[in-house]
Amino acid sequence: MSKMTYSIPIGPVHPSLKEPMTFNFEIYGERIEKVNLAPGDNHRGIEFMGMQRNPVQIIYLAERICGICSASHPFAFCKAVENAAGIEVPERAQYIRVIIAELERIHSHILWAGVAAHELGFDSVLYISWRAREEVLDLLEYLTGNRINYGIFMIGGVRRDITEDQIPRIRKTLEYYKDIYGKIEDIFLKDPTIALRTKNVGVLTKEDALRLCAVGPTARASGVKKDIRQDQPYSAYADLNVKAITPDVLTGEVNGDVYDRIVVRLLELVQSLEIVEQCLDNLPSGEIIAEKKLVKLLNQLKRAKGRGVGRHEAPRGECIHYIKLNESELPEVWKARAPTYNNLMAWVPMLLGQQIADIPIVIASIDPCIACMDRVTILNKDNGQKNILTKKDLHELSVQKTRRITP
Amino acid sequence: MTFIGLFEILVKIIGAIVIAFLGVVIGLFYKGIDRKLAARMQARVGPPIRQPFMDFFKLMIKENIVPENAVPWIFNGAPVMTLVVSITILFYMPIGSISPLFKGYGDIILIAYLLTIPAIGMVVGGFSSGSPYANIGAQREMVMMMSYELPLVTTIIAIGWKLSQAYPQLNIFSLVVINAHPIWGLVGPLGFVGAILLFITLAIVTPAELSKIPFDAPEAETELAGGLLVEYSGRNLALFSLADAVKTVVMASLTIVLFFPYNIAHLFTLSGVFATIIDLLFFLIKLLLIIFVEVTFIRVAVARLKIDQVSFAYWVPVSIIGLLGLMLIVLDTIIV
Repeated sequence: MSKMTYSIPIGPVHPSLKEPMTFNFEIYGERIEKVNLAPGDNHRGIEFMGMQRNPVQIIYLAERICGICSASHPFAFCKAVENAAGIEVPERAQYIRVIIAELERIHSHILWAGVAAHELGFDSVLYISWRAREEVLDLLEYLTGNRINYGIFMIGGVRRDITEDQIPRIRKTLEYYKDIYGKIEDIFLKDPTIALRTKNVGVLTKEDALRLCAVGPTARASGVKKDIRQDQPYSAYADLNVKAITPDVLTGEVNGDVYDRIVVRLLELVQSLEIVEQCLDNLPSGEIIAEKKLVKLLNQLKRAKGRGVGRHEAPRGECIHYIKLNESELPEVWKARAPTYNNLMAWVPMLLGQQIADIPIVIASIDPCIACMDRVTILNKDNGQKNILTKKDLHELSVQKTRRITP
Repeated sequence: MTFIGLFEILVKIIGAIVIAFLGVVIGLFYKGIDRKLAARMQARVGPPIRQPFMDFFKLMIKENIVPENAVPWIFNGAPVMTLVVSITILFYMPIGSISPLFKGYGDIILIAYLLTIPAIGMVVGGFSSGSPYANIGAQREMVMMMSYELPLVTTIIAIGWKLSQAYPQLNIFSLVVINAHPIWGLVGPLGFVGAILLFITLAIVTPAELSKIPFDAPEAETELAGGLLVEYSGRNLALFSLADAVKTVVMASLTIVLFFPYNIAHLFTLSGVFATIIDLLFFLIKLLLIIFVEVTFIRVAVARLKIDQVSFAYWVPVSIIGLLGLMLIVLDTIIV
């Protein structure tokens, strides 16, 4: 018997997607037979914009790549520039950076939990968890002046110090989350309807996670112990001994389903609280920035020549920034690679064989950030059509480009 | 003879208009209360109680778009049919101590049939709108209808059968008779448990009949962007929202008729118009409580189920609960 499939498009605009992205599904009854991803709807040419600005200006652009990763991108970018120009960051600044990055992780994971609940049709949990998120946003506003785009990162350090009298306020927030964590865990891990909708849904096997280079909680939920904070510790993480969290810590087994991704994120919430606490306990004294005078810093960057790579474990996974400075005011190359780009292909094995009803939660389960991810759109100038490039074409283009830039 | 006949027809017509109007107004009003209560439970402020009325008037002045792929007469007819049938069911419902308008013309079996028509109207509307989302929504609605009919009918039959044993001389499927003889007074301890199980069954069927979470798979906002209703706009959508409001009243009234048909007027030794008014007010309070339990509370407390889980839930656990309730009532009758 031949199968009569029909196709439904999800996106570019659809209630289950928080950002524009197109999916084309081939459906048989309620089962997904084929998945076709077509990203590129949210490309804003931000790297090109960056290459028209000096590195300090790019920090603020990097912050606005995505609203949620507004500590991760500048963190990785500053590290890349420091790496390229050989700037040493003072120890206190390293700790403050980590505190901000971990507070961001707390707010990002709670935000994700709310979105996931909404995708399951459980709006009560959305409202309750987003209310819990307000506390950390208030704290971030108190520390940095902004709820979302913190503007605290600077090449060579941070722009604002955490003073002694601010520390009790931070500890108060940590206590608040320790108090309510039990409730959050109860809602997400014990609720029968959430378990019914997430267990054995959107399974990503360990082999697939490794083959498709998944990163972050998506990979860790499949049992891949991968975390840059553990594998290549940087900043204050080097002093903290962070361990990659896999779901078997709590449940004793790794299934790689949506439920495991919830487990991993909830455990990371606790981990972040611990990291912030340790940072506060061991906060060293000293300078918060390597070079206070902006003009001097810009001159130093103008004279610098070299390439730098900055990596940071964003809430969604590894975020990489690459920069090439070539003795000019503007950087020659700036490249950002957000974690969603890696996790994109993991959607295909997760979605195949699932039902239509699983689409929203499976898509949400990798915590996609299309704004971070959309870096490339290829248009044919002659007819304005989008071309699809295969792996072979891309390889060909890379070879050409290498020949062009290395004579 | 002809004069009396004419007069009766006139009364029925005026009564129908009044009940239709009140049904719609009370339905929208309770929808507003439902939204407000749900919002408070979700730690939100929520919309004002008059919001459903404002939504309705706004939709009425909006453009009514018929998609290119749609079959226009079915597409436009479905909302009208859904609303009309929803209101028609109200004519058979005893409200407080007021007898139903169509007293003696139909019984609870007819209502069981009529209840399927709004759902069929939505299915037809969904299929005729020519959108893949609406199509999937319509398929799901059909599957869901097939799933919840058995428990629903089990409940109705159980109560009818019990009444037929207690009062063999009466027309036991008539709603007036059911309304006059509450089930709780007729049964022993076993039957009491059975009746509670039947009430639970009906309470679980109600959200599905009304397409509310957790059984809103046909409309699933995050999956199908509104499913059945995705292509509807303007006047047609306004009619569907009215039908939804009226259906909520209908399903809650059905629960009241079957399980809580008590009146309080005799407690105050009132009679005549005052008794009717007191009973009507009491009925409205019961309606609010039932809507709160069956719709508002359930929908804020759980996540949406997938369609296969919905089917399984109705065919296995809910059917078993319903049949168990039926068996307990039968046992109760046989033993006593």
